[in-house]
Amino acid sequence: MAEKLRIGVFVCDCGTNIAGFVNVPEVCEYAKTLPDVVYVKENMYTCSNAGIQEIMDAIKKHKLNRVVVASCTPRTHEPLFRKACEQAGLNKFLFEFVNIRDQCSWVHQKEKEKATEKAKDLVRMGVAKARLLEPLKEIKIDVEKKSLVIGGGIAGMTAALSLAEQGFEVYLVEKENRLGGLLNYINQIYPSDANAQQFLEEIVKKVEKEKKIHVLLNSEVESVDGYIGNFNVRIRQKKESEESKEIKEIKVGTIIVAIGAKPYEPMYMYNYDEYENVLTQYDLEKILKEKKIEKWGTIVFIQCIGGRGERVNYCSRICCMNSIKNARILKKLLPDSQIYIIHKGLQTYGTVYEDYCRKAREEGIRFIRVRDSIPIISSLEKRNGKLFVGFYHPGLRRKIELGADSVVLSTPLIQREDAKKISQMLKIPLGQDGFFFEAHVKLRPVDFATDGIYMAGSCRAPADINECIVQALASASRASIPMAKGYVKAEPYTPVIDEERCMGCGVCVEVCPYGAMKLVEKNRRKFAENIPAACKGCGACASSCVHKAINMRHFKDEQIMAQIEEAI
Amino acid sequence: MKDVLIIGGGVAGIQSALDLADRGIHVYLVEKEPSIGGRMALLDKTMSTNDCSICILAPKMNECASHPNIEIMEYSEVIEVKGKAGNFKVKVRRKAKYVDSSKCTGCGDCMEKCPTEIPNEYNSYLDKRKAIFLPFPQAVPRKATIDKEHCLKLTRNRCGLCERICKAGAIDYNQKDKIIELNVASIIVAIGSSLYEPKDLVEYGYGRYANVHTWMEYERLINAAGPTHGHLKCAPDGRRPKKIAFIQCVGSRDVKRCQWCSSVCCMVSIKSAMLANEHYPDLESYIFYSDLRVFSKRFYEYSKRGERDYKVTYIHARPGEIKEDKRTKNLTLYYEDEEKGKINKIEVEMVVLATPIMPSKDARKIAEVLGIETDKYGFIKTVDYTNPVETTKKGIFVAGCCERPKDITESVYQASAASAKAAEIAGD
Repeated sequence: MAEKLRIGVFVCDCGTNIAGFVNVPEVCEYAKTLPDVVYVKENMYTCSNAGIQEIMDAIKKHKLNRVVVASCTPRTHEPLFRKACEQAGLNKFLFEFVNIRDQCSWVHQKEKEKATEKAKDLVRMGVAKARLLEPLKEIKIDVEKKSLVIGGGIAGMTAALSLAEQGFEVYLVEKENRLGGLLNYINQIYPSDANAQQFLEEIVKKVEKEKKIHVLLNSEVESVDGYIGNFNVRIRQKKESEESKEIKEIKVGTIIVAIGAKPYEPMYMYNYDEYENVLTQYDLEKILKEKKIEKWGTIVFIQCIGGRGERVNYCSRICCMNSIKNARILKKLLPDSQIYIIHKGLQTYGTVYEDYCRKAREEGIRFIRVRDSIPIISSLEKRNGKLFVGFYHPGLRRKIELGADSVVLSTPLIQREDAKKISQMLKIPLGQDGFFFEAHVKLRPVDFATDGIYMAGSCRAPADINECIVQALASASRASIPMAKGYVKAEPYTPVIDEERCMGCGVCVEVCPYGAMKLVEKNRRKFAENIPAACKGCGACASSCVHKAINMRHFKDEQIMAQIEEAI
Repeated sequence: MKDVLIIGGGVAGIQSALDLADRGIHVYLVEKEPSIGGRMALLDKTMSTNDCSICILAPKMNECASHPNIEIMEYSEVIEVKGKAGNFKVKVRRKAKYVDSSKCTGCGDCMEKCPTEIPNEYNSYLDKRKAIFLPFPQAVPRKATIDKEHCLKLTRNRCGLCERICKAGAIDYNQKDKIIELNVASIIVAIGSSLYEPKDLVEYGYGRYANVHTWMEYERLINAAGPTHGHLKCAPDGRRPKKIAFIQCVGSRDVKRCQWCSSVCCMVSIKSAMLANEHYPDLESYIFYSDLRVFSKRFYEYSKRGERDYKVTYIHARPGEIKEDKRTKNLTLYYEDEEKGKINKIEVEMVVLATPIMPSKDARKIAEVLGIETDKYGFIKTVDYTNPVETTKKGIFVAGCCERPKDITESVYQASAASAKAAEIAGD
């Protein structure tokens, strides 16, 4: 049992990120003096292929049975170093990360000597913990090869179609009585100017024809428990004819959230509810769809109503293009009309959208750029049956008024009411803007931090049809990974419950944010029990247990105490 | 399951490769440079989180290198594609690196001793690299490459120092290009972009004025691994700037040059201004814009934060001219402030030009080899906006900036999307 400890310490320069502020050779010399350390190496970039190779070679050559890397941050690099250990035949949980960049060199750039001393302290603490590390085993969980897609809009349908095409069964849950979401209310789509309803119809037909997709209309997800690979979902379906409801229980391996967003209604703003012919984009879409256009002489579109700091603090992305689209349609229908778009800076990014905007200019749509102030206009009044839009014109350097027969307000997309419910049910976070919060803004834009759950479309942030489709396909790709593999591995930082000490009080069950603790009865006594696959290893249970009956694997009390002792 | 070919090893190609490989599909990742990583590997920090670009990309690059389902073919190009969706026959030329990758340890001894210095394209030509080189320290694979255009041995049969120095015996001056044949079910094109060179915009003095830079040069100047180790220095005396002006749409949204909006530059300039202020807390920045394009998730909030916390001032103007003070090399910008309706000028120590993302220089050639179309600007064409990753040929998909300018986030999810479509064909 008592295998002699042989610890290898690798100290990274991170180019100049660490070596510029910490005397790395000195830290290395120091590490050599620590108990059980048999090998120390300085790397310019431990994460480079060469650095990884050095770790693997050293494990074999020096028979290392613990590895400590002092470098950047475990957030990005721990998996890499662990993998190196594993490939060299060492249990990867015998690896310890010491953060001397984010928590040392970067924060002490002006005090190099102290930074070096702190790096030594941190390495000493890491080595102390490494001495007490235990080999652990990852848990392998089987994955059900079925997916649940919540939301039957363009994003949800696209994701479902791709997953089905890849061979997976999909439950597509839509709370309305038809598929299509917001697209049902749209007249034409940009930039192709195709008929939105024909486009939608074709996709709905494809979805309905696909045998692997089970469409559940009038349905809402009532509860979800379980974890990646094994989600148990209860779906409540309203029967259309009667008032009766049916509960359907399904088991899926992955979940895609595509519940969309809804347009902000500018109630009590800009006389929207008072004056006729003050419309939102969606009122206008309806009028265009139903071909109930009046003979308007002047039409004024106003952007950013409620957006960009007025009611919500973000740019809604799609409204500029939407206004240009509808302005062009109106211009075609009413060639003699004057059409203005008042904006704070047009968001017609990229190639095609910029072309689209240029086309609109050529066709006689007039763009008026005003200051980035709130509110965007200073007045909207009705006099003698005509609307008047007053605003400060920077070019003319004075306030002017535009007379209008119709005013169209561009309002942002906002979170749906049920976003909060779904957020709580699936334990997935919402951001400050009310939209779902991704695992990493750039590198994991459609993943949630919770494994097995993904997102697409406007519930992530306002997105147009093109972007909804791209994100939907992306989420289908991400969801396909565990399902195609058929299994996932979970990290084993799970609690060890001391049944002698556990009083079955249930505090841990209450505090666990992942539903990973439950009470079981054994010999007429209640004990806490952990569901490893659902457990994220956060340690909330251990720290809240008043009887000290819970000890976290890999973060055991004695391991942490050893570190603290070295620190003080 | 069949194999997939990915052309281009930038962040889009990397993400496509990892998605497919993780779900069990074997991938060939062909990259024309000696390392994967693409443009993202050369950026300093990335908006809107300001985390270090290479620090978040390097783990993914290494994951590609060690993934059992990914075969990286660096320094290679696709020269022929035949067949159709489900069964493409592809020829790849693996260019001679004159270094045996199986022996090279990437130790760097050869690069230290090589006597030939040439302008370093990986640092925007702001410093020099050797004729035997690694593109950047975190290169994957970390194997040296000899630049045959400049190597004394290969051009004039002199020197040979690297061969003598290499302890691993990895140098091989007789290496030849190799043609490799692959059979794949689908192809993802992720060849990235090039950048506009603002030399014909004489009014901004790029190339004439020492303190006028493009945004990509600025990325390298403020990067710790760049030519100035992250210190901003101004000619003539190397002092640091107190005021920087960023000019947007330099060459883009311009009917005579690039008509399109480059999508990322407004945010890039805001980020750059923030970074400068983080380096030097009294530094002020002025961003001259046409329309501040801050449309993606959290971008608008980010632009406001720049204004509030990082001494960034946004000015709605396109400067007409920049004049350089012969002695101080300071730059005076003349502009009409469109919000205030006033002619104005400002003196700064440094100017950064937001030049647009253009189609990759290889785009047309690769499109021809693949038999796919490009759009009128030369970006890879998609069927339409509701088929956003399908090129004009079945079984060939597109991701990243080669389709149109986009940021890292959009490149990443488009890359995953392309993987989903590629897997629909290759997956069974």
